[in-house]
Amino acid sequence: MNELQFLTWVRGPGLDIAVGIFLLGVLWRLFEIYSLGRKKDLSAPRHAAGASGLHTVFRRSLPPPGLLKRSPVSYIGGYIFHIGLAVVVFGFAPHILLVKNLTGLSWPGLPSQFIDLAAVVTMAAMVVMLVDRINKPVKRFLSTFEDWFTWAVTFLPVLTGWMAVQHLLLPYTTMLAVHILSVEILLIVLPFTKLFHAFTLFGSRWYNGRANAHKGVPV
Amino acid sequence: MAEAMAASRRPSVIWLPFQECTGCTESITRSHSPTIEGMIFDMISLDYQETLMAAAGFQAEEALHNAMKDNYGKYLLIIDGSIPLGVDGAYSCIAGRSNLELLKEAAKGAAAIVAMGSCASFGGIPKANPNPTGAVSVSDIIKDKPIVNIPGCPPIPVVMTGVLAHYLTFGSLPELDDKGRPKAFFGETIHDRCYRRPFYDQGKFAKTFDDEGARNGWCLFELGCKGPVTHNACATAKWNGGTSWPVESGHGCLGCSEPDFWDAGGFYKALSMPADPLKIAAAAAVVGVGAGVAVSFANRAKKGAAKKAHETTTLEDLEK
Repeated sequence: MNELQFLTWVRGPGLDIAVGIFLLGVLWRLFEIYSLGRKKDLSAPRHAAGASGLHTVFRRSLPPPGLLKRSPVSYIGGYIFHIGLAVVVFGFAPHILLVKNLTGLSWPGLPSQFIDLAAVVTMAAMVVMLVDRINKPVKRFLSTFEDWFTWAVTFLPVLTGWMAVQHLLLPYTTMLAVHILSVEILLIVLPFTKLFHAFTLFGSRWYNGRANAHKGVPV
Repeated sequence: MAEAMAASRRPSVIWLPFQECTGCTESITRSHSPTIEGMIFDMISLDYQETLMAAAGFQAEEALHNAMKDNYGKYLLIIDGSIPLGVDGAYSCIAGRSNLELLKEAAKGAAAIVAMGSCASFGGIPKANPNPTGAVSVSDIIKDKPIVNIPGCPPIPVVMTGVLAHYLTFGSLPELDDKGRPKAFFGETIHDRCYRRPFYDQGKFAKTFDDEGARNGWCLFELGCKGPVTHNACATAKWNGGTSWPVESGHGCLGCSEPDFWDAGGFYKALSMPADPLKIAAAAAVVGVGAGVAVSFANRAKKGAAKKAHETTTLEDLEK
Protein backbone atom coordinates (compact mmCIF):
# COMPACT_ATOMS: atom_id res chain seq x y z
CA MET A 1 0.00 0.00 0.00
CA ASN A 2 1.54 3.32 -1.02
CA GLU A 3 0.76 6.57 0.78
CA LEU A 4 -1.93 7.67 -1.68
CA GLN A 5 -3.71 4.32 -1.23
CA PHE A 6 -3.36 4.74 2.54
CA LEU A 7 -4.92 8.19 2.27
CA THR A 8 -7.71 6.89 0.04
CA TRP A 9 -8.40 4.09 2.53
CA VAL A 10 -8.71 6.45 5.49
CA ARG A 11 -10.91 8.74 3.39
CA GLY A 12 -13.02 5.78 2.28
CA PRO A 13 -13.57 2.53 4.20
CA GLY A 14 -11.73 3.83 7.28
CA LEU A 15 -14.00 6.86 7.58
CA ASP A 16 -17.06 4.71 6.97
CA ILE A 17 -16.12 2.32 9.79
CA ALA A 18 -15.21 5.13 12.20
CA VAL A 19 -18.37 7.17 11.56
CA GLY A 20 -20.40 3.95 11.83
CA ILE A 21 -18.98 3.01 15.23
CA PHE A 22 -19.26 6.63 16.37
CA LEU A 23 -22.95 6.86 15.48
CA LEU A 24 -23.66 3.42 16.92
CA GLY A 25 -21.94 4.26 20.20
CA VAL A 26 -23.38 7.76 20.56
CA LEU A 27 -26.99 6.70 19.90
CA TRP A 28 -26.67 3.61 22.07
CA ARG A 29 -25.34 5.55 25.04
CA LEU A 30 -27.72 8.50 24.68
CA PHE A 31 -30.72 6.17 24.59
CA GLU A 32 -29.36 4.17 27.50
CA ILE A 33 -28.59 7.20 29.67
CA TYR A 34 -31.77 9.15 29.03
CA SER A 35 -34.04 6.14 29.36
CA LEU A 36 -32.73 5.33 32.83
CA GLY A 37 -35.14 7.79 34.41
CA ARG A 38 -35.06 9.07 37.94
CA LYS A 39 -37.40 8.70 40.85
CA LYS A 40 -39.79 11.56 41.22
CA ASP A 41 -38.91 13.91 44.08
CA LEU A 42 -42.13 13.98 46.08
CA SER A 43 -41.11 16.78 48.41
CA ALA A 44 -42.60 20.22 47.92
CA PRO A 45 -40.30 22.25 45.62
CA ARG A 46 -38.47 25.18 47.15
CA HIS A 47 -37.65 28.24 45.19
CA ALA A 48 -34.39 30.15 45.25
CA ALA A 49 -33.09 32.88 42.99
CA GLY A 50 -30.69 31.57 40.38
CA ALA A 51 -31.52 27.95 40.96
CA SER A 52 -32.59 26.08 37.83
CA GLY A 53 -31.28 23.68 35.25
CA LEU A 54 -30.53 26.46 32.80
CA HIS A 55 -28.66 28.49 35.42
CA THR A 56 -26.42 25.55 36.19
CA VAL A 57 -25.71 24.88 32.50
CA PHE A 58 -24.13 28.33 32.27
CA ARG A 59 -22.79 28.65 35.81
CA ARG A 60 -20.76 25.46 35.58
CA SER A 61 -18.78 27.00 32.73
CA LEU A 62 -17.43 29.55 35.18
CA PRO A 63 -15.08 28.77 38.05
CA PRO A 64 -16.66 28.95 41.53
CA PRO A 65 -15.30 31.80 43.69
CA GLY A 66 -11.69 31.23 44.69
CA LEU A 67 -11.08 28.16 42.54
CA LEU A 68 -9.54 30.07 39.64
CA LYS A 69 -6.75 31.13 41.98
CA ARG A 70 -6.31 27.67 43.40
CA SER A 71 -6.24 25.79 40.07
CA PRO A 72 -5.40 28.35 37.41
CA VAL A 73 -3.89 25.73 35.09
CA SER A 74 -7.03 23.59 35.07
CA TYR A 75 -9.35 26.51 34.38
CA ILE A 76 -7.32 28.70 32.03
CA GLY A 77 -5.73 25.75 30.26
CA GLY A 78 -9.13 24.10 29.98
CA TYR A 79 -10.73 27.17 28.45
CA ILE A 80 -7.88 27.69 26.02
CA PHE A 81 -7.71 24.17 24.70
CA HIS A 82 -11.47 23.72 24.41
CA ILE A 83 -11.90 27.00 22.53
CA GLY A 84 -8.76 26.26 20.50
CA LEU A 85 -10.12 22.85 19.53
CA ALA A 86 -13.42 24.42 18.46
CA VAL A 87 -11.58 27.01 16.32
CA VAL A 88 -9.38 24.39 14.66
CA VAL A 89 -12.10 21.79 14.15
CA PHE A 90 -14.83 24.13 12.94
CA GLY A 91 -12.80 26.99 11.42
CA PHE A 92 -10.42 25.21 9.05
CA ALA A 93 -11.80 25.20 5.49
CA PRO A 94 -11.03 21.52 4.67
CA HIS A 95 -12.84 20.49 7.88
CA ILE A 96 -15.90 22.56 6.94
CA LEU A 97 -15.86 20.91 3.54
CA LEU A 98 -16.01 17.48 5.19
CA VAL A 99 -18.95 18.52 7.37
CA LYS A 100 -20.66 20.01 4.33
CA ASN A 101 -20.19 16.81 2.40
CA LEU A 102 -21.54 14.67 5.23
CA THR A 103 -24.38 16.88 6.48
CA GLY A 104 -24.96 19.66 3.96
CA LEU A 105 -24.16 22.33 6.58
CA SER A 106 -21.47 24.88 5.85
CA TRP A 107 -20.12 28.20 7.08
CA PRO A 108 -17.18 30.48 6.19
CA GLY A 109 -13.69 29.29 7.13
CA LEU A 110 -10.89 31.15 8.91
CA PRO A 111 -7.47 32.01 7.38
CA SER A 112 -5.10 29.07 7.69
CA GLN A 113 -2.46 31.16 9.50
CA PHE A 114 -4.98 31.84 12.25
CA ILE A 115 -5.86 28.13 12.43
CA ASP A 116 -2.16 27.40 12.63
CA LEU A 117 -1.77 29.73 15.58
CA ALA A 118 -4.85 28.28 17.28
CA ALA A 119 -3.47 24.74 16.83
CA VAL A 120 -0.13 25.68 18.42
CA VAL A 121 -1.85 27.43 21.35
CA THR A 122 -4.19 24.45 21.81
CA MET A 123 -1.30 22.00 21.89
CA ALA A 124 0.66 24.19 24.29
CA ALA A 125 -2.34 24.36 26.64
CA MET A 126 -2.82 20.61 26.46
CA VAL A 127 0.85 19.94 27.20
CA VAL A 128 0.79 22.33 30.15
CA MET A 129 -2.28 20.56 31.50
CA LEU A 130 -0.63 17.18 31.06
CA VAL A 131 2.47 18.34 32.90
CA ASP A 132 0.26 19.74 35.65
CA ARG A 133 -1.55 16.42 35.89
CA ILE A 134 1.79 14.63 36.24
CA ASN A 135 3.27 17.15 38.69
CA LYS A 136 0.37 17.57 41.09
CA PRO A 137 0.27 14.51 43.38
CA VAL A 138 -3.48 14.69 43.91
CA LYS A 139 -4.25 14.97 40.20
CA ARG A 140 -1.81 12.19 39.44
CA PHE A 141 -3.37 9.98 42.11
CA LEU A 142 -6.85 10.58 40.72
CA SER A 143 -5.78 9.88 37.13
CA THR A 144 -6.52 6.52 35.59
CA PHE A 145 -5.45 4.98 32.30
CA GLU A 146 -8.52 6.52 30.70
CA ASP A 147 -7.32 10.03 31.52
CA TRP A 148 -3.95 9.56 29.85
CA PHE A 149 -5.52 7.71 26.92
CA THR A 150 -8.21 10.29 26.20
CA TRP A 151 -5.62 13.06 26.43
CA ALA A 152 -3.53 11.26 23.82
CA VAL A 153 -6.37 10.57 21.37
CA THR A 154 -7.44 14.22 21.60
CA PHE A 155 -3.91 15.57 21.26
CA LEU A 156 -2.83 13.40 18.30
CA PRO A 157 -5.30 14.76 15.71
CA VAL A 158 -4.20 18.33 16.50
CA LEU A 159 -0.51 17.41 16.38
CA THR A 160 -0.71 15.35 13.19
CA GLY A 161 -2.94 17.91 11.46
CA TRP A 162 -0.55 20.70 12.33
CA MET A 163 2.46 18.61 11.26
CA ALA A 164 0.79 17.78 7.95
CA VAL A 165 0.20 21.47 7.22
CA GLN A 166 3.76 22.34 8.29
CA HIS A 167 5.29 19.44 6.29
CA LEU A 168 7.07 18.02 9.34
CA LEU A 169 8.55 14.55 9.85
CA LEU A 170 6.58 12.64 7.17
CA PRO A 171 5.62 13.54 3.59
CA TYR A 172 2.38 15.52 3.47
CA THR A 173 0.34 12.69 1.96
CA THR A 174 1.36 10.21 4.67
CA MET A 175 0.92 12.75 7.45
CA LEU A 176 -2.51 13.74 6.15
CA ALA A 177 -3.50 10.07 6.15
CA VAL A 178 -2.12 9.63 9.69
CA HIS A 179 -4.06 12.75 10.74
CA ILE A 180 -7.34 11.41 9.35
CA LEU A 181 -6.62 8.02 10.94
CA SER A 182 -6.03 9.69 14.32
CA VAL A 183 -9.37 11.47 14.02
CA GLU A 184 -11.02 8.16 13.19
CA ILE A 185 -9.52 6.64 16.34
CA LEU A 186 -10.91 9.61 18.28
CA LEU A 187 -14.34 9.07 16.72
CA ILE A 188 -14.30 5.38 17.65
CA VAL A 189 -13.11 6.02 21.21
CA LEU A 190 -15.33 9.02 21.93
CA PRO A 191 -18.67 7.32 22.71
CA PHE A 192 -17.11 4.78 25.05
CA THR A 193 -14.89 6.99 27.21
CA LYS A 194 -15.16 10.15 29.28
CA LEU A 195 -14.87 12.04 25.98
CA PHE A 196 -18.62 11.37 25.73
CA HIS A 197 -18.99 14.48 27.88
CA ALA A 198 -19.16 16.29 24.54
CA PHE A 199 -22.71 14.93 24.36
CA THR A 200 -23.75 14.54 27.99
CA LEU A 201 -22.23 17.73 29.42
CA PHE A 202 -25.22 20.03 29.18
CA GLY A 203 -27.74 17.31 29.95
CA SER A 204 -26.03 16.36 33.20
CA ARG A 205 -25.59 19.99 34.21
CA TRP A 206 -29.27 20.57 33.60
CA TYR A 207 -30.13 17.48 35.64
CA ASN A 208 -27.96 18.50 38.59
CA GLY A 209 -29.19 22.07 38.45
CA ARG A 210 -32.82 20.98 38.40
CA ALA A 211 -32.47 18.44 41.19
CA ASN A 212 -30.78 21.02 43.40
CA ALA A 213 -33.20 23.77 42.40
CA HIS A 214 -36.00 21.57 43.66
CA LYS A 215 -34.27 21.68 47.02
CA GLY A 216 -33.80 25.43 46.72
CA VAL A 217 -30.04 25.29 46.19
CA PRO A 218 -28.41 27.22 43.36
CA VAL A 219 -25.40 25.21 42.20
CA MET B 1 27.08 21.31 -20.76
CA ALA B 2 26.71 22.16 -24.47
CA GLU B 3 30.28 21.03 -25.13
CA ALA B 4 29.78 17.80 -23.25
CA MET B 5 26.66 17.14 -25.25
CA ALA B 6 28.38 17.89 -28.56
CA ALA B 7 31.45 15.82 -27.72
CA SER B 8 29.64 12.73 -26.52
CA ARG B 9 29.00 9.89 -28.93
CA ARG B 10 25.35 9.84 -29.89
CA PRO B 11 24.06 7.06 -27.71
CA SER B 12 21.49 4.61 -28.93
CA VAL B 13 18.01 5.08 -27.54
CA ILE B 14 15.33 2.43 -27.93
CA TRP B 15 11.74 3.37 -27.15
CA LEU B 16 9.31 0.48 -26.65
CA PRO B 17 5.59 1.15 -26.38
CA PHE B 18 3.47 -1.28 -24.35
CA GLN B 19 -0.05 -0.77 -22.96
CA GLU B 20 -0.15 2.95 -23.67
CA CYS B 21 -2.08 5.62 -25.54
CA THR B 22 0.83 7.38 -27.27
CA GLY B 23 0.09 10.43 -25.12
CA CYS B 24 3.64 10.36 -23.79
CA THR B 25 5.05 10.45 -27.33
CA GLU B 26 2.60 13.23 -28.21
CA SER B 27 3.82 15.11 -25.18
CA ILE B 28 7.55 14.74 -25.83
CA THR B 29 7.13 16.14 -29.34
CA ARG B 30 5.98 19.40 -27.63
CA SER B 31 9.22 19.79 -25.73
CA HIS B 32 10.64 23.24 -26.41
CA SER B 33 14.03 23.02 -24.75
CA PRO B 34 15.66 20.76 -25.75
CA THR B 35 13.33 19.84 -28.61
CA ILE B 36 12.88 16.23 -29.61
CA GLU B 37 14.11 17.05 -33.15
CA GLY B 38 17.20 18.70 -31.70
CA MET B 39 17.85 15.64 -29.58
CA ILE B 40 17.41 13.23 -32.49
CA PHE B 41 19.69 15.26 -34.77
CA ASP B 42 22.39 16.20 -32.31
CA MET B 43 22.30 14.14 -29.14
CA ILE B 44 20.84 10.68 -29.55
CA SER B 45 20.35 7.99 -32.11
CA LEU B 46 16.68 7.13 -31.71
CA ASP B 47 16.83 3.64 -33.18
CA TYR B 48 13.31 2.49 -32.49
CA GLN B 49 10.18 4.55 -31.87
CA GLU B 50 7.07 3.19 -33.51
CA THR B 51 5.23 6.48 -33.82
CA LEU B 52 8.11 8.60 -35.04
CA MET B 53 10.10 6.23 -37.26
CA ALA B 54 9.49 5.80 -40.97
CA ALA B 55 10.21 2.08 -41.00
CA ALA B 56 7.57 -0.53 -40.41
CA GLY B 57 7.26 -4.28 -40.21
CA PHE B 58 10.44 -6.25 -40.92
CA GLN B 59 12.61 -3.11 -41.31
CA ALA B 60 11.50 -1.80 -37.96
CA GLU B 61 12.12 -5.11 -36.22
CA GLU B 62 15.55 -5.35 -37.84
CA ALA B 63 16.46 -1.83 -36.70
CA LEU B 64 15.49 -2.78 -33.16
CA HIS B 65 17.51 -5.96 -33.11
CA ASN B 66 20.53 -4.37 -34.75
CA ALA B 67 20.48 -1.51 -32.25
CA MET B 68 20.25 -3.94 -29.34
CA LYS B 69 23.09 -6.08 -30.69
CA ASP B 70 25.42 -3.25 -31.71
CA ASN B 71 24.99 -1.28 -28.50
CA TYR B 72 24.66 -4.14 -26.07
CA GLY B 73 25.12 -2.91 -22.52
CA LYS B 74 25.15 0.74 -23.59
CA TYR B 75 21.77 1.73 -24.98
CA LEU B 76 19.15 3.66 -23.09
CA LEU B 77 15.81 1.89 -23.01
CA ILE B 78 12.67 4.01 -22.80
CA ILE B 79 9.40 2.28 -21.99
CA ASP B 80 6.00 3.84 -22.16
CA GLY B 81 2.94 1.86 -21.19
CA SER B 82 2.34 -0.80 -18.59
CA ILE B 83 3.04 -4.51 -18.99
CA PRO B 84 0.05 -6.86 -18.86
CA LEU B 85 0.69 -10.16 -17.10
CA GLY B 86 -2.82 -11.62 -17.48
CA VAL B 87 -3.42 -14.47 -19.97
CA ASP B 88 0.35 -14.93 -20.36
CA GLY B 89 0.69 -11.33 -21.51
CA ALA B 90 -1.59 -11.85 -24.51
CA TYR B 91 -3.38 -8.51 -23.94
CA SER B 92 -0.59 -6.60 -25.66
CA CYS B 93 1.78 -8.06 -28.23
CA ILE B 94 4.12 -6.59 -30.84
CA ALA B 95 5.32 -8.73 -33.74
CA GLY B 96 3.64 -11.69 -32.12
CA ARG B 97 5.55 -11.40 -28.86
CA SER B 98 4.22 -10.29 -25.49
CA ASN B 99 5.29 -7.04 -23.86
CA LEU B 100 6.76 -8.99 -20.98
CA GLU B 101 9.02 -10.99 -23.30
CA LEU B 102 10.07 -7.86 -25.23
CA LEU B 103 10.83 -5.95 -22.03
CA LYS B 104 12.96 -8.72 -20.56
CA GLU B 105 14.90 -9.09 -23.78
CA ALA B 106 15.47 -5.36 -24.25
CA ALA B 107 16.29 -4.72 -20.60
CA LYS B 108 19.11 -7.28 -20.63
CA GLY B 109 21.40 -5.11 -22.75
CA ALA B 110 20.23 -1.70 -21.49
CA ALA B 111 22.54 0.61 -19.54
CA ALA B 112 19.52 2.17 -17.89
CA ILE B 113 15.77 2.24 -18.30
CA VAL B 114 13.50 5.25 -18.38
CA ALA B 115 9.89 4.45 -17.49
CA MET B 116 8.13 7.22 -19.40
CA GLY B 117 4.70 8.16 -18.09
CA SER B 118 2.53 6.89 -15.26
CA CYS B 119 1.73 3.55 -16.96
CA ALA B 120 5.37 2.47 -17.26
CA SER B 121 6.24 4.04 -13.89
CA PHE B 122 3.35 2.80 -11.76
CA GLY B 123 0.90 0.87 -13.97
CA GLY B 124 -1.26 3.89 -14.79
CA ILE B 125 -4.81 3.59 -16.11
CA PRO B 126 -4.46 -0.05 -17.25
CA LYS B 127 -3.71 -0.93 -13.62
CA ALA B 128 -6.74 1.03 -12.35
CA ASN B 129 -9.24 -1.03 -10.40
CA PRO B 130 -10.14 -3.79 -11.38
CA ASN B 131 -6.97 -4.05 -13.54
CA PRO B 132 -8.45 -6.45 -16.12
CA THR B 133 -5.15 -7.12 -17.90
CA GLY B 134 -3.04 -7.66 -14.78
CA ALA B 135 -0.97 -4.58 -15.67
CA VAL B 136 2.26 -3.84 -13.78
CA SER B 137 5.01 -1.24 -14.01
CA VAL B 138 8.52 -1.66 -15.41
CA SER B 139 10.06 -1.70 -11.94
CA ASP B 140 7.72 -4.53 -10.93
CA ILE B 141 9.51 -6.75 -13.45
CA ILE B 142 13.04 -5.42 -13.92
CA LYS B 143 15.05 -5.44 -10.70
CA ASP B 144 18.68 -5.45 -11.85
CA LYS B 145 18.90 -2.25 -13.89
CA PRO B 146 18.88 1.40 -12.93
CA ILE B 147 15.36 2.69 -13.61
CA VAL B 148 14.17 6.26 -13.57
CA ASN B 149 10.43 6.89 -13.41
CA ILE B 150 9.08 9.96 -15.18
CA PRO B 151 5.40 9.72 -14.27
CA GLY B 152 2.64 11.96 -15.51
CA CYS B 153 -0.34 11.42 -17.74
CA PRO B 154 1.43 12.49 -19.84
CA PRO B 155 4.70 13.69 -18.29
CA ILE B 156 5.73 17.30 -18.79
CA PRO B 157 7.65 17.51 -22.12
CA VAL B 158 10.68 19.35 -20.73
CA VAL B 159 10.87 16.96 -17.80
CA MET B 160 11.18 14.04 -20.21
CA THR B 161 13.83 15.68 -22.37
CA GLY B 162 15.46 17.25 -19.30
CA VAL B 163 16.06 13.84 -17.72
CA LEU B 164 17.39 12.48 -21.01
CA ALA B 165 19.71 15.50 -21.31
CA HIS B 166 20.93 14.90 -17.77
CA TYR B 167 21.71 11.27 -18.55
CA LEU B 168 23.50 12.15 -21.79
CA THR B 169 25.49 14.93 -20.16
CA PHE B 170 26.54 13.31 -16.92
CA GLY B 171 26.30 9.65 -17.91
CA SER B 172 24.25 8.84 -14.87
CA LEU B 173 20.67 9.05 -13.71
CA PRO B 174 19.64 12.09 -11.67
CA GLU B 175 18.99 11.85 -7.94
CA LEU B 176 15.71 10.00 -7.38
CA ASP B 177 13.04 10.04 -4.67
CA ASP B 178 11.60 6.94 -3.00
CA LYS B 179 9.35 6.33 -6.01
CA GLY B 180 12.21 6.47 -8.47
CA ARG B 181 11.34 9.97 -9.71
CA PRO B 182 13.98 12.66 -10.33
CA LYS B 183 13.97 14.92 -7.29
CA ALA B 184 14.72 17.94 -9.45
CA PHE B 185 11.27 17.75 -10.99
CA PHE B 186 9.26 15.76 -8.47
CA GLY B 187 10.75 17.05 -5.23
CA GLU B 188 7.90 19.36 -4.31
CA THR B 189 4.14 19.29 -4.45
CA ILE B 190 2.01 21.24 -6.89
CA HIS B 191 0.27 22.88 -3.91
CA ASP B 192 3.49 24.20 -2.38
CA ARG B 193 4.53 25.81 -5.68
CA CYS B 194 1.08 26.87 -6.84
CA TYR B 195 0.53 30.54 -7.65
CA ARG B 196 -3.01 30.15 -6.22
CA ARG B 197 -1.62 29.02 -2.84
CA PRO B 198 -2.20 32.41 -1.14
CA PHE B 199 -5.93 31.99 -1.77
CA TYR B 200 -5.87 28.60 -0.06
CA ASP B 201 -4.22 30.19 2.95
CA GLN B 202 -6.79 32.98 2.99
CA GLY B 203 -9.65 30.48 2.75
CA LYS B 204 -10.76 31.77 -0.67
CA PHE B 205 -12.04 28.92 -2.81
CA ALA B 206 -13.82 28.52 -6.13
CA LYS B 207 -16.98 26.55 -5.39
CA THR B 208 -17.90 25.82 -9.01
CA PHE B 209 -16.03 26.13 -12.28
CA ASP B 210 -17.87 29.30 -13.27
CA ASP B 211 -18.55 31.20 -10.05
CA GLU B 212 -16.98 34.47 -8.97
CA GLY B 213 -14.21 32.62 -7.12
CA ALA B 214 -13.29 30.72 -10.28
CA ARG B 215 -13.22 33.95 -12.28
CA ASN B 216 -11.07 35.58 -9.60
CA GLY B 217 -8.61 32.71 -9.86
CA TRP B 218 -9.11 31.44 -6.30
CA CYS B 219 -7.93 28.08 -5.00
CA LEU B 220 -9.41 24.97 -6.64
CA PHE B 221 -9.06 22.73 -3.55
CA GLU B 222 -12.81 22.43 -3.06
CA LEU B 223 -13.25 21.41 -6.70
CA GLY B 224 -11.07 18.39 -6.08
CA CYS B 225 -7.55 19.68 -6.78
CA LYS B 226 -5.00 17.02 -5.76
CA GLY B 227 -2.13 19.52 -5.73
CA PRO B 228 -1.41 19.00 -2.01
CA VAL B 229 -0.50 15.33 -2.51
CA THR B 230 0.98 15.50 -6.01
CA HIS B 231 4.69 15.80 -6.71
CA ASN B 232 5.38 17.30 -10.12
CA ALA B 233 6.84 20.36 -11.80
CA CYS B 234 3.69 21.68 -13.53
CA ALA B 235 3.53 24.78 -11.34
CA THR B 236 7.13 25.76 -12.18
CA ALA B 237 8.03 24.24 -15.58
CA LYS B 238 4.48 24.57 -16.98
CA TRP B 239 3.43 23.16 -20.36
CA ASN B 240 3.76 24.09 -24.04
CA GLY B 241 6.82 26.25 -23.73
CA GLY B 242 5.78 27.74 -20.42
CA THR B 243 2.40 28.87 -21.74
CA SER B 244 0.15 27.51 -19.02
CA TRP B 245 -0.68 24.46 -16.91
CA PRO B 246 -3.88 22.79 -15.68
CA VAL B 247 -4.44 24.90 -12.56
CA GLU B 248 -3.67 28.12 -14.46
CA SER B 249 -6.27 27.14 -17.04
CA GLY B 250 -8.85 26.74 -14.29
CA HIS B 251 -8.93 23.02 -13.54
CA GLY B 252 -7.64 21.31 -10.40
CA CYS B 253 -4.69 18.93 -10.48
CA LEU B 254 -5.68 15.27 -11.04
CA GLY B 255 -2.59 13.95 -9.30
CA CYS B 256 -1.40 12.14 -12.44
CA SER B 257 2.23 11.73 -11.36
CA GLU B 258 1.33 9.73 -8.24
CA PRO B 259 0.86 5.95 -8.18
CA ASP B 260 -2.75 4.76 -8.51
CA PHE B 261 -4.13 8.27 -8.89
CA TRP B 262 -7.07 6.87 -10.86
CA ASP B 263 -8.37 5.16 -7.76
CA ALA B 264 -7.83 8.00 -5.28
CA GLY B 265 -11.49 8.77 -4.65
CA GLY B 266 -12.55 10.84 -7.66
CA PHE B 267 -11.07 13.84 -9.48
CA TYR B 268 -13.74 16.29 -8.32
CA LYS B 269 -13.80 15.36 -4.65
CA ALA B 270 -11.68 17.53 -2.37
CA LEU B 271 -9.01 15.71 -0.40
CA SER B 272 -10.85 16.29 2.87
CA MET B 273 -14.05 14.77 1.53
CA PRO B 274 -14.93 11.09 1.94
CA ALA B 275 -13.48 9.06 -0.93
CA ASP B 276 -16.60 6.88 -1.03
CA PRO B 277 -20.16 7.47 0.17
CA LEU B 278 -20.59 6.19 3.72
CA LYS B 279 -22.20 2.78 3.45
CA ILE B 280 -22.37 1.31 6.94
CA ALA B 281 -22.97 4.56 8.84
CA ALA B 282 -26.77 4.55 8.43
CA ALA B 283 -27.00 0.86 9.34
CA ALA B 284 -24.71 1.45 12.33
CA ALA B 285 -26.96 4.27 13.53
CA VAL B 286 -29.98 1.97 13.38
CA VAL B 287 -28.07 -0.76 15.26
CA GLY B 288 -27.00 1.86 17.83
CA VAL B 289 -30.61 2.95 18.42
CA GLY B 290 -31.66 -0.69 18.61
CA ALA B 291 -28.95 -1.52 21.13
CA GLY B 292 -29.82 1.56 23.17
CA VAL B 293 -33.50 0.66 23.25
CA ALA B 294 -32.72 -2.99 24.11
CA VAL B 295 -30.44 -1.97 26.96
CA SER B 296 -33.11 0.48 28.15
CA PHE B 297 -35.64 -2.33 28.39
CA ALA B 298 -33.11 -4.54 30.17
CA ASN B 299 -32.43 -1.72 32.66
CA ARG B 300 -36.15 -1.16 33.20
CA ALA B 301 -36.65 -4.87 33.81
CA LYS B 302 -33.79 -4.81 36.31
CA LYS B 303 -35.33 -1.84 38.09
CA GLY B 304 -38.73 -3.51 38.11
CA ALA B 305 -37.25 -6.70 39.55
CA ALA B 306 -35.41 -4.71 42.24
CA LYS B 307 -38.62 -2.93 43.12
CA LYS B 308 -40.49 -6.22 43.37
CA ALA B 309 -37.78 -7.78 45.51
CA HIS B 310 -37.88 -4.81 47.84
CA GLU B 311 -39.06 -5.84 51.31
CA THR B 312 -40.72 -3.26 53.43
CA THR B 313 -39.09 -2.78 56.78
CA THR B 314 -41.43 -1.92 59.59
CA LEU B 315 -40.74 -0.51 63.02
CA GLU B 316 -41.45 -3.93 64.48
CA ASP B 317 -38.77 -5.46 62.27
CA LEU B 318 -36.22 -3.04 63.61
CA GLU B 319 -37.17 -3.68 67.21
CA LYS B 320 -36.88 -7.43 66.92
